Amino acid sequence: MIGVVARRRAIDVATKLLMGAATLVGIFFLLWILWTTLRFGVAGLHWDLFTKDTPPPGTNSFGLRNAFVGSLILLGLSLLMGVPVGLMAGTWLAEYGFNSRIANAVRFINDIMLSAPSIEIGLFAYAIMVAPMGHFSALSGSLALAVLMVPIIVRTTDEMLSLVTGDMREAAIALGAPKSVVITRVTWVAARAGILTGILIGLARISGETAPLLFTVLNNQYFSTDIMRPMANIPYVIFQFALSPYTNWQQMAWAAAFITVVFVLMLSVLARFFLGRVQVQK
Amino acid sequence: MNDSDAVAQAGLRPASTVPEAPGRSWRLSGDFLFHQAAVLAASLAAAALFATVIAITIDSWTSIQVFGVWGFLKSSEWNPVTQTFGALPFIIGTLVSSAIALFFAVPVSFGIAVFIAEIAPSWIKKPIAGAVELLAGIPSIVYGMWGLLVFAPVFANMEPWISNTFGEIPGIGALFQGPPMGIGMLAAGIILAIMILPYISSIMRDVFLIVPSSLRESAYAMGCTTWEVAWHITLPYTRSAVIGGIFLGLGRALGETMAVTFVIGNSNMFSTSLLMPGATIPSVLANEFTEATTKLYVSSLIYLGLILIAITLVVRFLAVLLIRRLSRGEGAST
Repeated sequence: MIGVVARRRAIDVATKLLMGAATLVGIFFLLWILWTTLRFGVAGLHWDLFTKDTPPPGTNSFGLRNAFVGSLILLGLSLLMGVPVGLMAGTWLAEYGFNSRIANAVRFINDIMLSAPSIEIGLFAYAIMVAPMGHFSALSGSLALAVLMVPIIVRTTDEMLSLVTGDMREAAIALGAPKSVVITRVTWVAARAGILTGILIGLARISGETAPLLFTVLNNQYFSTDIMRPMANIPYVIFQFALSPYTNWQQMAWAAAFITVVFVLMLSVLARFFLGRVQVQK
Repeated sequence: MNDSDAVAQAGLRPASTVPEAPGRSWRLSGDFLFHQAAVLAASLAAAALFATVIAITIDSWTSIQVFGVWGFLKSSEWNPVTQTFGALPFIIGTLVSSAIALFFAVPVSFGIAVFIAEIAPSWIKKPIAGAVELLAGIPSIVYGMWGLLVFAPVFANMEPWISNTFGEIPGIGALFQGPPMGIGMLAAGIILAIMILPYISSIMRDVFLIVPSSLRESAYAMGCTTWEVAWHITLPYTRSAVIGGIFLGLGRALGETMAVTFVIGNSNMFSTSLLMPGATIPSVLANEFTEATTKLYVSSLIYLGLILIAITLVVRFLAVLLIRRLSRGEGAST
């Protein structure tokens, strides 16, 4: 009997240690990656990164201005396309579709889109925009990023609107407000922190996304704001510069990676802050 | 009268019984347009999935006509010079690198999830869960850079040890032969494992936490140890969602592009050794797409993308289905 108890206890202790070790492995890699990005990234920071354009190969200068501007334009266009569609689709699910068969089918498809590999969405944007138009363009890239972002916004909007209690809607309806006014003036306002969380998470997801841009935006060595043409952008520059043999290019890649990571982490922290306010409201 | 009836009746009133209400026609049309816009947006969100499959099928049609389906799948020749294309090395590379990723990520994710759900003191749960989730926030291109410039040199030093230890074992020894380069199939699998850890472990943790406490407490009251509760109570109860979480991670690994492109070595020749360079469908797409000059070449690359979609769609479908099944069962039982 004692033997059995001792064995069970030994297994328990051993497995607890293993579980702890597994957790340490995860945190170890997180710290390793963050530390490397911080160390090389800060070393590569240079004022010229923000004031000069990407230098041609073989020169010793620094500059990422065109890529920063390009990335901001891409993200802005994606928000412009993705937020209205995601918000309205989520609103339809929560306010019109409820638990109907078709609404649940849309939710299911949306969940599948949520885990779509970004490269597939890049090919999609290539097939419907780049190939017919005959050339790469920033607009097609933001379309791909918007498609990646929509499922996240749909899902959070749907969930957050469902959290709004029925009596708020009923009070507005009792005052004679039509449904669209109830939604825009009452439920959206009540759920605004949660909806914003979804948009921020979506933005964080697409900020560092590279694969879809290879088939759509491509890259541009020069400063350009023409959205119908290839445009410089941070993810592609990281890809190109990290694989290059030039030291200054590699330093710039680390600096750009560092700035991207900081940007994404800041978005996640902001999202968490707004999510915290949702739970307080409930 | 329940809530929804009240809402329905109240909603009907202004539209049907107060025709002369001021501003009614304006409000009604606004209301109608808003509803239609919501319907349109929801249709767009749902149609994206089908549009992706259709658009990519159309663009791979040139290649489908030339190489057929079976011929493309089983051919291992990928030669842009002679314009002969076959998908086999890339399909194998995609499956093998993802299998390696699951091999490492599943046990570690399970460990992390059990640690957070059952073992860790409550003050440390949140920081640990947050830290592991941060891994999911790091862009894949950063994983790729880190993998190539930081991890690969360290891994190259470990490879002779791996070759000497596992290379002698009959049967699997052939998997661990070759010069220590640091990059290759195994390195790509390990980076993928780190990347999918947060996805699998957060699903596992979430479902472990919804196991009814009456079940777990009964087991503890019978004298079960923490491990026995996790293995015999929690895991069987959440089995379908746990498998769903693993499939979700697999879907991520199969389609991951940038990190793999950096560390897999990009060789179109298939090698039996995991320490040798290889290629996956996403990595060959990322590497060759901008260089593809002929229509057939581009179409063949998109055809590879279509195969990837076919594989990941099945995996993602199963993942969503299995994860949802648990939450529905949970709703029915309470």
